[in-house]
Order: sequence, then C-alpha cells, then structure tokens
Amino acid sequence: MEFNSRVPSGPIENRWENHRFEMKLVNPANKRKYDIIVVGSGLAGASAAATLGELGYNVKCFCFQDSARRAHSIAAQGGINAAKNYQNDGDSIYRLFYDTIKGGDFRSRESNVYRLAEISLNIIDQCVAQGVPFAREYGGLLANRSFGGAQVSRTFYARGQTGQQLLLGAYQALQRQVAAGRVEMFTRTEMLDLVIVDGHARGMVVRDLVTGEIHSVAAHALVLATGGYSNVFFLSTNAKGCNVTATWRAHKRGAAFANPCFTQIHPTCIPQAGEYQSKLTLMSESLRNDGRIWVPKKAGDSRRPKDIPEEDRDYYLERIYPSFGNLTPRDVASRRAKEAVDAGRGVGENRGGVCLDFRDAIQRLGQSVITERYGNLFDMYQQITGENPYEIPMRIYPAPHYTMGGLWVDYNLMSTIPGLHVIGEANFSDHGANRLGASALMQGLADGYFILPYTIADYLARTEETAVDTDHPAFKRTEQEVRERVQRLLNVNGTRSVDSFHRKLGELLWNQCGMARDASGLQDALAKIPEMREEFWNDLLVSGAGKEFNQELEKAGRVADFFEFAELMCRDALDREESCGGHFRVEHQTEEGEAKRDDENFAHVSAWEFTGVGHEPVLHKKPLEFEYVNLTQRSYK
Amino acid sequence: MQITLNVWRQAGPRALGRFERYTAKDVSPHMSFLEMLDVVNEELIEAGKDPIAFEHDCREGICGSCGMVINGVPHGPKPAITVCQLHMRSFNDGDEVWIEPWRAKAFPVIRDLVIDRSALDRIIEAGGYISVRSGSAPDANAIAVPKSIADTSMDAAACIGCGACVAACPNASAMLFTAAKVAHLSKLPQGQPERQQRVLNMVEQMESESFGYCTNHGACQTACPKEISIDFIAYLNRELLTATLLG
Ligand SMILES: Cc1cc2nc3c(=O)[nH]c(=O)nc-3n(C[C@H](O)[C@H](O)[C@H](O)COP(=O)(O)OP(=O)(O)OC[C@H]3O[C@@H](n4cnc5c(N)ncnc54)[C@H](O)[C@@H]3O)c2cc1C
Ligand code: FES
Repeated sequence: MEFNSRVPSGPIENRWENHRFEMKLVNPANKRKYDIIVVGSGLAGASAAATLGELGYNVKCFCFQDSARRAHSIAAQGGINAAKNYQNDGDSIYRLFYDTIKGGDFRSRESNVYRLAEISLNIIDQCVAQGVPFAREYGGLLANRSFGGAQVSRTFYARGQTGQQLLLGAYQALQRQVAAGRVEMFTRTEMLDLVIVDGHARGMVVRDLVTGEIHSVAAHALVLATGGYSNVFFLSTNAKGCNVTATWRAHKRGAAFANPCFTQIHPTCIPQAGEYQSKLTLMSESLRNDGRIWVPKKAGDSRRPKDIPEEDRDYYLERIYPSFGNLTPRDVASRRAKEAVDAGRGVGENRGGVCLDFRDAIQRLGQSVITERYGNLFDMYQQITGENPYEIPMRIYPAPHYTMGGLWVDYNLMSTIPGLHVIGEANFSDHGANRLGASALMQGLADGYFILPYTIADYLARTEETAVDTDHPAFKRTEQEVRERVQRLLNVNGTRSVDSFHRKLGELLWNQCGMARDASGLQDALAKIPEMREEFWNDLLVSGAGKEFNQELEKAGRVADFFEFAELMCRDALDREESCGGHFRVEHQTEEGEAKRDDENFAHVSAWEFTGVGHEPVLHKKPLEFEYVNLTQRSYK
Repeated sequence: MQITLNVWRQAGPRALGRFERYTAKDVSPHMSFLEMLDVVNEELIEAGKDPIAFEHDCREGICGSCGMVINGVPHGPKPAITVCQLHMRSFNDGDEVWIEPWRAKAFPVIRDLVIDRSALDRIIEAGGYISVRSGSAPDANAIAVPKSIADTSMDAAACIGCGACVAACPNASAMLFTAAKVAHLSKLPQGQPERQQRVLNMVEQMESESFGYCTNHGACQTACPKEISIDFIAYLNRELLTATLLG
C-alpha cells in the first residue's frame, strides 16, 4: 500500500497558495470530457458537485434520501466557525488553526488544518452571497457567538438551523447545475461497491432503491462525501440512514482507513427512555453556558432531583474543574457523566442521566431571559420527555455524535486508491482525536467548494485519459458480487430483524468501545463481534424481494458492513495504548483521572489496510510532525 | 396503552391500496409515533410479513423526510411539529388511528406511506437559488442586511420541504412551498438581480407539475410544521404581478 501525503513544505501560511500554483489545471475546453461521480449530497458532496458542475465537468451526484436536501448535514444546529474576526476580539487564521490542532489533541496534520482555517473566510462570503440568512445585528452586519469553550466569538449561525440553511444554499447551487445540465442527480440510489480498473477508481455499483435494480456507473474519478459512522453504535444523534457502507466498501477495495477509533461522544443529549428507543436527540451545547450539572452525592438516592437539597448535590464539574466548570470540553464532560452514572449516582429512568439544572440561572436572570436564550430547546426537551425543564432539572447523558476517523487522504483529499477522493466527515483529515464544535460544517464546505475542485483537476491532468465503460469485465465482476451479496441477505431467512442485531452490536460497542475503553473489554469485543456477525448471517430475516422498494434490505446491507467495520474500530482502539481526545483508555490516565497522551509512541495516524474479513489488518503508522504548535498536555482545571 | 391502527398499504405506484388493521400493544407514552410504528414493524417482520414502509431519517423534525396523514391531519394532531416529533402521550389507551400517505396527484405513492416528492426539487431547479460561482463572492460584511429583513427571510427559509402544505390543501397546491422559497431569496439584497425571473420561472414550473391552484384556504399554514405564514403567498402574488407587468 502506497502512502504519499503530498504535504507541501515551506512557511505554513504559503503552503496552500504555492500548492495551488504547482497543481496542474484542466483546460476549460477539456473539462466536459471528464465524468466525475460524487457520492453524497450533504455539505461536502453538494458543494463539491455544484462547483465541479459549474467548472464544466460532467457530474453525477448520488444520495440515498429522496432529495439531495435531506442529507444528514441538515440536522446541525449550533453553527459554523470562521476566523473573520468581525468581533475584533483577537481572532485570526493562526488562532483558529492553533485551537483546532490543540482541540484535536495533537493528532491532526498541521498543513491541512492551517488550510482549513484559511479557507474558513471564503466560506462565509460564499454562503452569504448565496442568500444563507445568518443571524445579524441591528446594524445589519453578521452576528457571532462563542461556541464549545472557544475564547473568541467566531461562530456564525442561523437560528438553531445552521446546518439546514448551509445545506439549502449548497443544494440550491446544486439544483441550479442540474437545471443547467451540468449535474445529473440520482436520489434514492445507494452505492454498494467501488470498481477499480488498472489500479484506478473508475466507477461504482449502485442499487436503485425504488426498483431494486443493480447497475454500474463509470467515471474518470470519484468523490466520496458519505458522512460519518456514528450509527455503528445503533443509538446516536445521527440520522437513521447514516452508515459506513460507501467508505467500508472502498476500504475493502484498497483505501486505507485512518483512526477508526476516534469517535466523539456529545455530552448533552436526552437519555434513553426505553428499549424501543430509535435514536438520541442532541440538546445544544450552549445550554451549558447557564445550566449547572450535578448528581446526588449518595449512590441510589431515590428522591426526585427537585427534592434533593443543596448539601446533598455534587456539582462535579465545578468541583473538579474550578476554572472551566460546566464548560469543560466535550470529551471530559462526557466521561465524568459516565463516571457518575456508573457509580449509581444517576437520576431518572434506570438512573441513566445527570441533571442539567437551570434553577439558579432562572433565579439570577429571570425566566424570560432563559426563554429568550433557550426557549426552543426547552420546548423540544418537553416535547420529547414530557417534563418541564423550567421546573424540573433537565436530564442529560452523552451520546455518540461524530466520527473523526475515516478514509485516509493525502493533502489533495485523495485516498490510497488513485482517483478516489474523500471529503467531509467521511475522511479523517482535520480534527485529530477530537473535533471542536462548529468545525464540521466548516470542513465539509471547505473541502467541497474550495479544495477538491482544484485538487481533482490535478489528478485528472496528470493521469492519462482512457475511456472505460461499464461493459469492462471489472464492472461485470463487481456487479455480480453485489448481486450475490444482496441475494445472500435475502436468502438467510432466519428469525430475527435487522434492528435486533444492530441494537446488540451497538450495545456491545457502547459498553466496550465507547467513552472509556480498556484492553480486556476490547479483547472481549474482538472475540464477540465475529460470533455476532456469524449469527447475523445465520439468523437474519429480511422480508420482501430484491427487485422492489425494500427498506429492510437497505438496512441489512448497512448493518452487515457495520459488523465488519466494528472489528476494525475495536482493533484500532486496542492498538492505541494512550488516551487522546475522544479516545480514552482507562489504563492511560493521570492520577486525577485525565487523559494521558503518549507523544513518543503515538504521535501518528493509524492507517489500516484490509486483508480479508476476519483477518488481521495491516497497520501503517503515518507520523505527525509539529513544526508550529508545541505539544502540550491539555488542562482545564 | 393499546392503539388500533388502520394503515394504508399499497405495494407500488400502480397497485391498488387499502387500509389494513393492526394493534399496537404495550405502547409507552414516551415513545415517538415512529417508534410505535417500529415496534409494530418488528412484529410484522418476525411474523414473516412485509413491514409498513414509511419515510424518515433525522427523527428530529428538520430533514423533512417523514410525513403521513394521521386521522385526516398531516403530521398528526399536535400543531407545529413533524410526525417524527409526535409522541404517544398525545394519544389515549384504546384510540383508533387512521394513517395515510400524503394524497396529491403530484406526489405518486411509491409504497405504503412513501411518496415521490421530486416535483418540489424541480420547482427549486427552475429558479430557487441565487447564482453565485464558488469563489467569486465579496466579503460577507460588504452588504449590510437590516435585521428585520434577515429575520423575515429566515422565517421563510425555515421550510423543510416535507410537503405537508400540499397534503393539507384541498387543491393540492404547492403555493406555500414555492412562496417560502421566493420570499427567502427575493427579500434579501443578494436576491435582487434575479428577482423577477425567479418568481416567473418557479411559478411556471409549479403550474406544469400536477399541483392544483391556490384558492386561499389557509390549510397549508395550519399544517406546516415550521409555521410558515400564508403572508408569503400574498408576497408571491405581488411579486408575480410586478414581474408579469414588467416582463
Ligand atoms: C445533531 C447534530 C448536530 C450537529 N451540529 C453541528 C454544528 O452545529 N456544527 C458543526 O460544525 N457540525 C455539527 N454536526 C456535525 C456535522 O453536521 C456533520 O459532520 C456534517 O454535516 C457532515 O457532512 P457531510 O457532507 O460530510 O455528510 P452528510 O451530511 O452526512 O451527508 C452524507 C451524504 O452521503 C449520502 N450517502 C451516504 N452513504 C451513501 C451510499 N452508500 N450511497 C449513496 N449515498 C450515500 C447521503 O445520502 C448524504 O447525502 C452535527 C451533527 C449532528 C448529528
Ligand atoms: S424524520 Fe426528519 S423531519 Fe421527521
């Protein structure tokens, strides 16, 4: 397996500029000779497809939803970062770069992150010009807020619907290219495999989700923008359809998977209410600005939270981290909540939550101020739980939310398979071991509008142009394999539904490869997953047929891939004998219980090579170099 | 709780549909409506039957995927939410519930409660955008937008494209959907250059799909999970008149 990170050298602030100059261009008249496939229509995919279409390429864009506008990016609430320094509070490209490297616990590439910070400025310009209705001040200029513990106000937002508005901007640009005939949009179409011809990615096999027809699509290059894999846990804040299928199938065809164990658990979600629970709902992190987090001091305290007097409450974040208090970063806040619940000090149903209490804030500021700040969130909470958070403390608990790991890419966002590019949450590139709030939207749009359209041209211009069509034997072979796999899922004809298997897998991972991990738990999971996978293939029951609209079949394919992927995730977690960012190994903590990084042995990206299902994958360690930011231990005390 | 369900089942676009009766047992008031259907589906699957097909993704009321008519009301009995946000505590033990897909000629049924809403995408395609090449935008603060205008634009932009407005309208008109997009873009300074062409093209596309005409019933506004106001329809009509006169 060949790795060439293509990271440019020279002063960091000139790297992208110089690299752009050095990259080859495709002659405008030649662009229409190139076919490009974009899989995904979230922020990353829609912005890339629209831009590539506008540049004159022939683009085919795919998504599994019924409209490009419904990609999971739509759900992002909080906002998007940019180093505009509109608030004159000392922000700069360098500061955003520094914060992102540090926030990622020193496990990302400096060059990539610097470029991201640089491009953040253009994103906001682009979105405003498209008509994204960002919040504004009375003078008519853009408003900002601070987010996720940042010391500057650099987050742009559109009510609680930032992801929706950014995605609509990208989707509208995409539809404009559809009308112009530059992009062909294939909704309700799922990529099920990648086709490689002479070592290059040249197409894919898809299933039409309405008719069930399986067919191939050929192109000169592909872009995967298929999002993250948090749903491997079954319960997560992601949309139900989010999956690992596209990236996993690419991995099986030769794309290295980087840092699969780097997953982010969000501290403020509504706890699970029952066994039937289908997903978890995120409550904006901003609630921690005014809410106080506590649990009863005594384990098993059965009083209602409201009736527990002050002296019997433990405001544990304020106690342990006096300077950051309730605003400690996501990973720390999540872990401490788990600790409290594991010790039997949780509240609510099954003692599965911790209190987020607004009593003091309401006393101090008055109810109307709280309503103004968080009214819609309070309503949403009441909608879901039936409890009034103005009177009873909210109950929250951490939930899987984002995946920093993904397919390995070089500086040009190309995977280890020539021609296969990966953008957005699907790649591993910018967030290291922990992503800062409001930075995923920024990365998706940076990749799609401003990076990939340049870098893919370089690949096309350097690669000899050969015609390939779907009659090529490689397509026929892959198509056949996909058909057989679909048939295999239908043929098991066992007794249990897809969801019942997915739930079990999720439970195992949550307990043993979730917020806190240790060697014995991971080894146990690695022994159990293959058994569970076998059970899945022996006892699965998918009703209906292959050549029809069949939602159970769609889910079955995705869960089958999760069962293979889960093993890699645990293996990576076991191999990484350190704690960093979202990856907490119980064996590696300081005396105070904080994550203990090991820069000597683990300042690298773990890129895994596939060798067969159930076979030990090969690990390639790609060292990370820090020329600009000093490696320090994070401290929030 | 126990709930009796009458669910519209239809194998495909041209197949004949009919209501089928199911019983949802042990329903917890904390369940969402879709989770209740999940449980019914689990039972159907384990009994070797086809589960009820329904669309959903985010289950948070923002993606616009979900949508069904419950007892004659799009998205069910509670105002200002989508069906994925509806919880079973809004029902009583022993209730009988009728569940149907959006009914509109422009939204053919694909299976059971799943319909084809691509007509809405085509309306956007016709002009629901501001033309701006990637990388060609001026500084974001170069144009000041009065807060009140930005807020109104955002009110309109909140549309999630679920199609409940069409389902609620006796004429199955897509006027509220179209008006919301026209208002979102045409109220903003950035949207001015294409203002007239936009409204003409979008309305023309809407009329060429199988949607009906708007006769100001207002049922769309009541059904809208994002509470988009029919004032935007009045706005659209004014825009259309101006564009027609000037054009
Ligand atoms: C509740 C929530 C709130 C969030 N809030 C914020 C926030 O405030 N700020 C922030 O920066 N980030 C936030 N995030 C994270 C952020 O929303 C995501 O990381 C980001 O939107 C991912 O964008 P994407 O384009 O990479 O992928 P997605 O938006 O997930 O899009 C994936 C696309 O790929 C398609 N696809 C997937 N698999 C296939 C396949 N096999 N075949 C065909 N198509 C396929 C899908 O149809 C979809 O179009 C939030 C996330 C969640 C869950
Ligand atoms: S499932 Fe997304 S709005 Fe209901």
